[in-house]
Amino acid sequence: MAVKHPYAITLDVGTSRVNHTGSWRTLRPEYVDRLPPCNAACPAGEDIQGWLSHAEAGDYEQAFRALTANNPLPAIMGRVCYHPCEGACNRAQIDEAVGINAVERFLGDLAIEKGWGFAAPDKDTGKKVLVVGAGPAGLSAAYHLRRLGHAVTIREAGPLAGGMMRFGIPKYRLPRRIIDAEVARITAMGVTLTLNDKVDDIEKAMTAGGFDAAFLAVGAHIAKHAYIPAAGAAKVLDAVSLLRSMEGEEPPLLGRKVVVYGGGNTALDVARTAKRLGAEEAIIVYRRTREKMPAHDFELEEALDEGISMKWLSTIKNVDGGVMQIEKMKLDDKGFPQPTGEYETLEADSLVLALGQDVDLSLLDKCPGIEIENGVVKVAPNMMTGRQGVFAGGDMAPSERTVTVAVGHGKKAARHIDAYLRGADTPSTEKHGLASFDRLNTWYYEDAPATVRPMITAARRINTFDEVVGGLDETNALYEARRCLSCGNCFECDNCYGVCPDNAVIKLGPGNRFRIDYDYCKGCGLCAAECPCGAIDMVPEQL
Amino acid sequence: MSEAPRSMETVQKLKFYQKGTHTVGNRLISEAERNVQASIERSNSLTCGHRACQGCGEALGARYAIDAAMRAANNQLIAVNATGCLEVFTTPYPETSWQMPWLHSLFGNAAAVATGVAAAMRVTGKPQVRTVAQGGDGGTTDIGFGCLSGMFERNDDVLYICYDNEGYMNTGVQRSSATPPAARTATTPTLGTEPGNVFGTGKFVPKIAVAHDIPYVATASVADLHDLEAKVTRAMSFQGARYIHINVPCPLGWGASSGDTIKLARLAIETGLFPVFEAEHGRITQVRKIRKRAPVTDYLKLQKRYAHLFKGGVPDPRVARIQAMADRNIADYGLVEA
Repeated sequence: MAVKHPYAITLDVGTSRVNHTGSWRTLRPEYVDRLPPCNAACPAGEDIQGWLSHAEAGDYEQAFRALTANNPLPAIMGRVCYHPCEGACNRAQIDEAVGINAVERFLGDLAIEKGWGFAAPDKDTGKKVLVVGAGPAGLSAAYHLRRLGHAVTIREAGPLAGGMMRFGIPKYRLPRRIIDAEVARITAMGVTLTLNDKVDDIEKAMTAGGFDAAFLAVGAHIAKHAYIPAAGAAKVLDAVSLLRSMEGEEPPLLGRKVVVYGGGNTALDVARTAKRLGAEEAIIVYRRTREKMPAHDFELEEALDEGISMKWLSTIKNVDGGVMQIEKMKLDDKGFPQPTGEYETLEADSLVLALGQDVDLSLLDKCPGIEIENGVVKVAPNMMTGRQGVFAGGDMAPSERTVTVAVGHGKKAARHIDAYLRGADTPSTEKHGLASFDRLNTWYYEDAPATVRPMITAARRINTFDEVVGGLDETNALYEARRCLSCGNCFECDNCYGVCPDNAVIKLGPGNRFRIDYDYCKGCGLCAAECPCGAIDMVPEQL
Repeated sequence: MSEAPRSMETVQKLKFYQKGTHTVGNRLISEAERNVQASIERSNSLTCGHRACQGCGEALGARYAIDAAMRAANNQLIAVNATGCLEVFTTPYPETSWQMPWLHSLFGNAAAVATGVAAAMRVTGKPQVRTVAQGGDGGTTDIGFGCLSGMFERNDDVLYICYDNEGYMNTGVQRSSATPPAARTATTPTLGTEPGNVFGTGKFVPKIAVAHDIPYVATASVADLHDLEAKVTRAMSFQGARYIHINVPCPLGWGASSGDTIKLARLAIETGLFPVFEAEHGRITQVRKIRKRAPVTDYLKLQKRYAHLFKGGVPDPRVARIQAMADRNIADYGLVEA
């Protein structure tokens, strides 16, 4: 159509949008999701970054919901977890790791305070699952199985639920009301829990109850003993019974000077408990060095603060009345302790052995197909034992024995039990590549120190069984949550949308992230370079 | 600074956003308080399909500045453009990338044309229609300088924005009076005993603008969007002559990676080479402090125009002179928190 143009003008003026500059591109930006190091390190498989993002927006209930999608025990976890997430946190390379554990505890405590519960499943599958043991693994499995619609019965041998959390972890680290509240939340979903109800024979129990599957989660309640010749009126106890007796009416009598033998977290728990019971001196004797000690360093630090003393590279040869003979050790080339033949004596009112624990596996005696190795049950990658439909986890399965690992086992087993009951394939667990520190553009993160948990002073701590580590309040929990860098996953900061010189990033609105307009993207790489969290890759264009 | 911190105090009693203090957007504050560039509603005054090089700092700076000015003027804005990269890459006849009234006349007369546009709006009874003039450093500090100074001294109601990429880039990277010492350009080649641009020449127009005692003068950078938008918004709140000088790295002319544009702008600030400040009525009123101080070598080494300074592994003594320039800026403007 002929258009009348002014003098010397022959073409209609139009927009430059007809010029598709995307053809210049040799590299193309692509949005990616990466696995944050905290999530990668979490034995319970929590989406830490996910729930922190709700917390930083101040939506604590949503944060609690997101957290408990993987772990039903946040208030417990926020107290006793050794938080490998914080050890992996990229933020530690900027200033200090995000206090994930403290925020988790804040959310757990808030949930108890507000009475947030778990919804019962929409419909029941009609399948019945038996869970043996109401410790962290059993509770976690029961919770997840119930969410998936299965009928779950937990049979607990002890008088109260919680397992080693109750009978192995001192009150000053985990108040019992917290265990009670989080267990109650799980039973309120319709999980049946019976106490003082030991399973002696798993085959019989399954047949009698008509169970379609079972998850075995018996804790390591039996103390290991080393042979130490004892004479006279030597008072020798084991750590498990000592910690267990703390749950009784009468506190155990240990005397004024207590020696603890062992180098794990239990040894520290015992020594700190002894101090609280009034011991003037608590000495830990350990055959190797601090570096080789299996206990977590922060717990050792807390113990040292409380005046616990350490005797490294020492073994106890014999006990005679209140006197024990200690042999000095030295580490050989391979790091193993070797006797030196040098002796000294140590006087004490009692000796507590904290040399590790075993699981009572007698319930499996009549169960065909089950293999036992090094005192634990062999399980397939899907947590199933050699007996069809019987799964095992927690202290019973070969792994590190922590509450968090147990919770992770419970979750994993529940997923596989569900697949087994539905006759479905094993659910996929493919993960994204790691969101490493070098992928971040840390300029965009504000500098901020960690919110330090208020610590009860060491002096006060040793006189009471009050909690040692205090919680966050709402303001500092929010502050702490906001320190998360969101490594590897878009948090909609609008940087890519802002920094594109070609308007080639399309903003899709809250929750929907962004899209690259490849008609105009020239592939300059600014969006990828300025993405704070490393959620954009530049990949070669196929020409 | 931007509006954000105020709301944080009232709503959260916390002056801290880990992931929104420096980023373009911040999902935790209300839409109205966010940067213009974070909004789906931004005017995109300079839209797609323009022919600027990959990673062009000027294309970015122009959209940042003009979008902010558009918001401040309720989209009642006319732009006058000097000749230069910005004019060339946005308006190859018959296409235009400008989604706003836009005029181009000559290389050196943008300020004078803008004076006329502002006068026309005034006499035709449209005082709500505001005027911006814009140009590169060539059209501003060299060729259009006379017209610019005239606009300043008459206090015409124009916001003049200079996008400083430190040379005549679209004509093949020639030296301008804003080209820094030692930089290689087509007219300051790396030949002789002191290759690249000479020391002791050139000018820093923001200081000259301040000397005119006009209502508002500021420097800004594509590396600090919060600051840039706040300054444009502030500038638009004044009547009379205003000047904003924006540092816009040029991947082509500086010999840098297209993905390093913002990083270079950031380093120009953090080294002290580009002081970021604002002045009202002839007095400096605010200085943007250096957040993470960096040595000038961090900045220089990313650019091929300075590659001759690092040849042969022997430190060129002129690097120390450039460092001294940065140190002098830091001292003069007080760029480091005491």
